[in-house]
Amino acid sequence: MDLTTTYMGLKLKHPLVSAASPFTHTLDGFRRLEDVGIAAIVMHSLFEEQIVGEENELNFLTTQGTESFAEALSYFPRPDHFVLGPEEYLTLISDAKKAVKVPVIASLNGVTTGGWVEYARKIQQAGADALELNVYYLATDPFQPGEVVERNYVEVLKTVRSQVRIPVAVKLSPFFSNLANMARRLDEAGADGLVLFNRFYQPDLDLENLAVWPNVELSTSVEMRLPLRWIGILYGRMKCSLAATTGVHTVEDALKAVMAGADAAMLCSALYRYGTSHVATLLAGIEKWMEEHGYSSIAEMKGTLSQRAVAEPAAYERANYMKTIQSFRPMV
Amino acid sequence: MTKQILTIDGNEATASVAHRVSEVCAIYPITPSSNMGEWADEWSATGKRNIWGTVPTVIEMQSEAGAAGAVHGALQTGALTTTFTASQGLLLMIPSMFKIAGELTSTVFHVSARTVATHALSIFGDHGDVMAVRSTGFALLASDSVQHAHDNALIAMAATLKSRVPFLHFFDGFRTSHEVQKMFGLADDDLRFMIDDDLVRAHRSRALSPDHPVIRGTAQNPDVFFQARERCNPYYAACPDIVAEMMDKFASRTGRKYGLFEYVGAPDAERIVVLMGSGCEPVHETVDYLTAKGEKIGCIKVRLYRPFSLKHLMAVMPKTVKKIAVLDRTKEPGAIGEPLYQDVVTAVSESLAAGTAPFGVMPRIVGGRYGLSSKEFTPAMIKAVYDELKKDAPRNHFTVGIQDDVSRISLDYDPKFTVEADDVFRGKFYGLGADGTVGANKNSIKIIGDDTDFYAQGYFVYDSKKSGTVTVSHLRFGPRPIRSTYLVNSAKFIACHQQVFLEKYDMLADAVEGAVFLLNSLSGPDEVWDTLPREVQEDIIRKKIKFYCIDAYKVAAETGMGLRINTIMQTCFFAISGILPREEAIAAIKRTIEKTYGKKGEHVVKQNYEAVDKTLANLHEVKVPGKVTAKEGRPPAVPAGAPEYMRNVLAKIIEGRGDELPVSAFPVDGTFPLNTCRWEKRNIALEIPVWDAEICIQCNKCVIVCPHASIRAKVFTAADVKDAPATFVYTKYRGPEFGRDDLLYSLQVAPEDCTGCALCVSSCPAKNKKEPKFKAINMAEQPPLRMRERVNFAFFLTIPEVDRSTVKVNSVKGSQFLEPLFEFSGACGGCGETPYIKLLTQLFGDRLLIANATGCSSIYGGNLPTTPYSTNREGRGPTWNNSLFEDTAEFALGFRATLDKQREFASELLLKLKDKIGGDSVEALVHADMTAEGGIREQRDRVAKLRKILAGDRSAEARNLLSVADSLVRKSVWGIGGDGWAYDIGYGGLDHVMAMGRNVNLLVLDTGVYSNTGGQCSKATPMAAVAKFAFGGKPVPRKDLGMMGIAYGNVYVAQVAMGANDLQTVKAFLEAEAYDGPSLIIAYSHCIAHGIDMSRGLDSQKLVVECGAWPLYRYDPGRAKQGLNPMQLDSKAPKIAVEDWAYTETRFKMLTKMHPEEAARLMARAQEETMARWRLYEQLAGLDYRKAGN
Repeated sequence: MDLTTTYMGLKLKHPLVSAASPFTHTLDGFRRLEDVGIAAIVMHSLFEEQIVGEENELNFLTTQGTESFAEALSYFPRPDHFVLGPEEYLTLISDAKKAVKVPVIASLNGVTTGGWVEYARKIQQAGADALELNVYYLATDPFQPGEVVERNYVEVLKTVRSQVRIPVAVKLSPFFSNLANMARRLDEAGADGLVLFNRFYQPDLDLENLAVWPNVELSTSVEMRLPLRWIGILYGRMKCSLAATTGVHTVEDALKAVMAGADAAMLCSALYRYGTSHVATLLAGIEKWMEEHGYSSIAEMKGTLSQRAVAEPAAYERANYMKTIQSFRPMV
Repeated sequence: MTKQILTIDGNEATASVAHRVSEVCAIYPITPSSNMGEWADEWSATGKRNIWGTVPTVIEMQSEAGAAGAVHGALQTGALTTTFTASQGLLLMIPSMFKIAGELTSTVFHVSARTVATHALSIFGDHGDVMAVRSTGFALLASDSVQHAHDNALIAMAATLKSRVPFLHFFDGFRTSHEVQKMFGLADDDLRFMIDDDLVRAHRSRALSPDHPVIRGTAQNPDVFFQARERCNPYYAACPDIVAEMMDKFASRTGRKYGLFEYVGAPDAERIVVLMGSGCEPVHETVDYLTAKGEKIGCIKVRLYRPFSLKHLMAVMPKTVKKIAVLDRTKEPGAIGEPLYQDVVTAVSESLAAGTAPFGVMPRIVGGRYGLSSKEFTPAMIKAVYDELKKDAPRNHFTVGIQDDVSRISLDYDPKFTVEADDVFRGKFYGLGADGTVGANKNSIKIIGDDTDFYAQGYFVYDSKKSGTVTVSHLRFGPRPIRSTYLVNSAKFIACHQQVFLEKYDMLADAVEGAVFLLNSLSGPDEVWDTLPREVQEDIIRKKIKFYCIDAYKVAAETGMGLRINTIMQTCFFAISGILPREEAIAAIKRTIEKTYGKKGEHVVKQNYEAVDKTLANLHEVKVPGKVTAKEGRPPAVPAGAPEYMRNVLAKIIEGRGDELPVSAFPVDGTFPLNTCRWEKRNIALEIPVWDAEICIQCNKCVIVCPHASIRAKVFTAADVKDAPATFVYTKYRGPEFGRDDLLYSLQVAPEDCTGCALCVSSCPAKNKKEPKFKAINMAEQPPLRMRERVNFAFFLTIPEVDRSTVKVNSVKGSQFLEPLFEFSGACGGCGETPYIKLLTQLFGDRLLIANATGCSSIYGGNLPTTPYSTNREGRGPTWNNSLFEDTAEFALGFRATLDKQREFASELLLKLKDKIGGDSVEALVHADMTAEGGIREQRDRVAKLRKILAGDRSAEARNLLSVADSLVRKSVWGIGGDGWAYDIGYGGLDHVMAMGRNVNLLVLDTGVYSNTGGQCSKATPMAAVAKFAFGGKPVPRKDLGMMGIAYGNVYVAQVAMGANDLQTVKAFLEAEAYDGPSLIIAYSHCIAHGIDMSRGLDSQKLVVECGAWPLYRYDPGRAKQGLNPMQLDSKAPKIAVEDWAYTETRFKMLTKMHPEEAARLMARAQEETMARWRLYEQLAGLDYRKAGN
């Protein structure tokens, strides 16, 4: 059985990739993921805010109150060097590359074309096999036209692209007027992969304390419908790779992702809910299903249920809406 | 040999040599020497090696006495050992110093000489400490300057190794220790050239070793001690020549020639001055100036003060000398004269008698005092001394530099006299502590020192307060070495980095004609003139000052620099002053930015670069109109209604004119009145809290956490506010506590005293239900509110205080209706300590005696000009004294001993006078129940009645009873201090006082570091935290001080954190005071040294309790008698990990940025230790005392 797949030019032993998550904060986390058979590891993100904010915070908190009072001209020792967030991250990349054999995909999270994009180059230097660019931008300004938002995505990608040779994927938000157009523009701007979708964590409200509560809920398989649809629509229309993320939990979810056209299916919540050993369970299930259904390779399956390949392409689009609504029967 | 140019201060210059020629450093922080130990610790922590290739071991001890003991031990076992100290610290070392010298042990102690506390503490420089150890047998070697301190550190080491006499190398605290000067650094090879390794090995060979054992430190009897003590004489006799030899050897290597005594001046001088320390520099400068004008004067600089070599002194003494003034930077009350004076008199007369003097007639020798506590010592004062010597009968035992209108012994001088050359740049920079002015100026000096041929000097004057502080930087640059060790008083450049300072300080008074004035102002070049006070406009016109302005805040905001305008103002300085070509200067500034901020990340560097680049476009020269347009002058420092002493004395200190005050302005014994902070309206808050009466639930939580007593609550009746200003806000009082429904409530801010820390807002639990972003108090800009709230606060103060006996004091709400008698201190904005002290004064202030350990609480509690303790309307309030750092518990015990004795004596006298006073009255007075407020008030009434009865009685018994009658009213005795006191230096005394069983309360304001001296590690520092002297993270857990008190069984112990549980804090204070025995309260105090956003300090307190690192408990021995467990655990089992608290604070987080793996290891251990302790507490609190049969 040939489970291999190619994602952004990286040859993977199967399509199951761990999505950006706190697993990668330690080398042990990398090792654990490799031990359970993951095909590639996307690291947790290095945030633009982290790069800028950590420097500012360290500078402020180690200098507040200094040179003001004769007896206490400072409050902290003066180390020659601080290993700041970005540096820690870079060290982790190079250490991880030594610790595991599977591809390591770094993740850079930011929304501007500021100085932080230089870290793309440093990430490459540190040995990352690829870079996932997570443009986590939630447009909330009523006066900002969508075009500006879209252009910003393309600009950020171009700026990062200009810094590195390694493959660059863009992790996308689903909130565009025409996602297909956006995907095409990114594809043309040099994206090696599109990761669908960024799961915007939706804050909850704390009624007792009259406050917004930014808690994190794990995804469910149902949430995979959105990426599944768009991978199915985009498959075959892009030069770049496609990856499904959000809601990949079961064997069926992974198979659906591949058959819709994904080169990789990314796991995060599932690893938290079922443990990292879930990877092996999924792989066994995929193989079993392929065997039972007469598929001998992933390549053979890929895109077989994409919009282009299915008998009813309209089912991916508006025409299906009416059908879905009509099929709904409230429970009584 | 290339010369290494360094631009550093005296402490670093000294430590850089000391560290390289030592194997062990035993240290303890004390201003102004702390930095030497910090440097040594940092260098060792970063692997810097000594000249033998090994990294010196640095050990922080629990006190200077401990450090000296450790030094003694290390020396006795053969290590090259040093220590750094000053003032009281040096005095604590005295017993060990006698031992070290008695055993002829080679060592060098480096001392930044500092005033010894007498009528007051002073952190500044004089020779009081050094003179106090002159009988120990240590050689005393004085340095005049930063270069000299660097060089003498080495010469002393070389000399001690050869002579075996231990050395104390000293230089003037602050003036030299903190002055930044350009100097030439000694390389390792220079050190190796001077240090004879054979002598090092000889030192080791004398060490104690079981492999060749000896006994040292025996006890001797009258038969032999004397002879044995005399045995060391040859070593002392040889010592001066050895020092001279080492000085010559040093000169052969470096070209810098020193002598035991050095003479400068006319070869045929008739009048000379003898002195030592940094004062030699301006005397040298003045001598050069006056001899060039033909005066026959000179100066002898004393380098080696002990052993005092007559031979070497006479060798430099001009034979033409007729009059000598010996100047001492110390005071020895009751002596014939100060020590150096007496030594010189003896030396000259002995030499004359022996025929070794260069003259045949005894010169006239007079002594004088100067420069105590870093008092200015200027050429004007020095000239006055030389002028005095011109007189036939010059005054002896004079003072110079002050106006003594009491003893009338001070010399008059002409303050306008100056010797400064025109080619020396002299600048003064007024900055706000928080804006980084000093740091930028230090960088400017380095730029000029390192990048030009100019010599450079920087000296920095700081504030007495810790919040909203003003700093004044004094900078000089010139073509010759700068000997002007006094403040810049004829400035060519004056920069004001905060326009508000123009209203407080007469800063252009020191400007020379044609000087440059640079102002940071929100107003542009066309408007700024009209914003200046009248006096400033007058000075600018009269002195033809060139005036520049910049809106540095605008540039800072545009470049993300916040309030840090340092880089911007530094760029302006270089652009205007022309000291360096502009492009060159900007390149140099950028280099220092990279050096200063590089390790903190590229973003910060770029931000600063951008600020530099944007500065010049915003810098403008202001066209000065030919006339004064301002109508307003500078406002008075204190309002006209202030008490006379406040207006006439303390106000001058506030204005920076304390030097002008004469001796008569001061009390004879250091006693000052209370209620002074309230008159110094500092207006430092950018924002202040504004109360929303509708939303407020009247919990008073904001009041209890306010570190500055600047938000207050009152309950009152409608009649009390009938004359209230229209803007005064009050509302109906909510709550059943007073049993009536006609009361009103107000929460009022003191707008001009608030620091804007926002702790109150952070504590407020009430949210606006319509707009939850608002609470019942919200911060708003101060300036538009200032006048309105000033009037409101003044009115608020007139509302009668609540009847204390009606208040439910054992609640947060109730306790906060009590009047605070600790207000508006100069503590850091958002201080975690002061709310506890304020609470103490609310609960017991009218009967409170405070023994205060040296530290933050003694500085914000008692540093002039204004102090925060205050009185109630009856004139009662906390009475306060600071004895030492180490003896606070004992000091408090002394208070208690007096009170108890006097009460006993009073009771005895009452019984004797029973017939006159009346049996029932005596009975009531002796056995009064004063456990509650009402009982205390009744007893006060009884005492008042007693006074009336005895008023006319002239009998000794009646008069004695009257003198101790107040002791019949319950008093509350508290020893207060930080963890440095309680866990370290004062622990022995604290332990003893706990063991004594007397009614003394001890309050530990626990910040986990020596906060006042800049964050050094104490035994309270939590594991895994970084602190000075714990560079690699504290490797062991915090000492469990509370458990040590609990172990006695009869000590009330509470561990509290107001931010986590304010009610538990209130209860603990009440229970501790009520407990008739020793009490210990350990109060978690968040601190600027934790590296936190101070407005979030209460959150830190919540987290530290939630993670279990600071369990809240009360251990009340009284409960055991009732069959109850004395231990009450007041916080819940840990529900978050220690790191969830710790990594919100820079002190922990920075270790993860320095040594991530070690940080993780220590944090894991800290978690284990925390849980282990928690389990122990839990078990203790779970014991069943009924079963135990207690």
